[in-house]
Amino acid sequence: MNPLDSSLVPNGTPGMPREAQFPSPEIIGRLAVSNSGFVFDPVSGASYSVSVSGLAVLRAIQSGATDMNAIVQSLSAEFEATPAALERDVMEFAGRLREAFR
Amino acid sequence: MKRRAVAVAVTGMNARPDNPGPGLAVARCLKESRHLDARVLGLSYDALDPGLYLPQWSDESHLLPYPSAGEETFMARLAGLHEASGFDVLLPCLDAELPTLSRLVPWLDKLGVATLLPTAEQIRLRAKDRLNELAAEAKIDCPETKSLFREDFLANAAAEGFDYPLVVKGLFYDAKIAHTQDEATVAFRRIAGEWGLPVLVQKFAAGEEINLTGIGDGEGRLLGPVMMKKRALTDKGKAWAGISIHDEALLAAARRLVAATRWRGPLEVEVMRSADGRLSLIEINPRFPAWVYLSVGVGQNLPEMLVRLALGEKVAEPSPAPAGILFIRYAQEVIVPLSDFEAIVTTGGLHV
Repeated sequence: MNPLDSSLVPNGTPGMPREAQFPSPEIIGRLAVSNSGFVFDPVSGASYSVSVSGLAVLRAIQSGATDMNAIVQSLSAEFEATPAALERDVMEFAGRLREAFR
Repeated sequence: MKRRAVAVAVTGMNARPDNPGPGLAVARCLKESRHLDARVLGLSYDALDPGLYLPQWSDESHLLPYPSAGEETFMARLAGLHEASGFDVLLPCLDAELPTLSRLVPWLDKLGVATLLPTAEQIRLRAKDRLNELAAEAKIDCPETKSLFREDFLANAAAEGFDYPLVVKGLFYDAKIAHTQDEATVAFRRIAGEWGLPVLVQKFAAGEEINLTGIGDGEGRLLGPVMMKKRALTDKGKAWAGISIHDEALLAAARRLVAATRWRGPLEVEVMRSADGRLSLIEINPRFPAWVYLSVGVGQNLPEMLVRLALGEKVAEPSPAPAGILFIRYAQEVIVPLSDFEAIVTTGGLHV
């Protein structure tokens, strides 16, 4: 997760939204996330840094966004990118989260 | 708040950077107590232990005879120090002292010295060569451990179900992860030479080590638990930096262990947490760890709590320790006038 390079460059054509698999809501919910992108897991004691876009994804899923459409919609208010590009970044970030919290 | 005046004798004032004793950290906690006006007598076994020469944490410093000098010599030294300096509480910090001092509790009571120590039976229960039995009783996984008096076992370890890597441990101190028979043999000989027999071998538990310290009240309750994940290690695997955490599974496991043993006094529970979150009990230490100053950092001064309990005070259970408080150790030199060193070497005491 460190560093997270979620480029938000338009790319490709929009298709059907895919499902992103995140770690369990229990894990996501316990993370302390600061505005600087510093993330602390109070159970494992591990800390991470995430990029601005990664931070936005984390904030979105911590506030209850569960499906790709809702997350992309939340991100599109903050980033100028096509839904397809945002979706790709979310998928990539979800993979990194899964790896960090196996 | 008026602080209660108390004199506390603290052992284990050694502080080698790669493997510090807990005494100096305990003394520091006591000197920073909000409830106690503590006079600390720092007790040590070696004239070069730096804690002897740090008056901000040790008001008086004294040498103790090595255990090899015998129990009578040890008792005579403690009685002499008590007569000369008058301490109210004894807080031992080294594993090897605990069996003797636990036996001496009635004698210390008569002397007028309060303690809060595990009983001899509790110390036996947590012995590294009996940990599997206790873990089973508390329903915690524990890697199988075997006591070795000869190194032959290491050649056939795999046939006995002990695949490499495995962990070679001393009965009181030291642990080495051995990846091959050669490494295990070297570790066996070194540990046997330093700490004696038996040497223990333990199956390797993969994962991240997390630790908990707290106080057992002797009736089955765990007081003031503080949990920590090491973030940087010395060459000996000791914490050089760590961070407070909150792990419900570790807390529940420690509570079961304290309830199962009705633990009395300080303890440190060391576990490995595997990638899938399973906990394996590695060790229980019958004393505070060297990182106990973190307990002050998270707002629950455990040595202070222990002294108050030993003196018979009722102590309110503190709020849960917050996660995310770091400690980072550093090494520095203490300048010692020759006259201070001379006093320790020739009279066994300083600042008297």
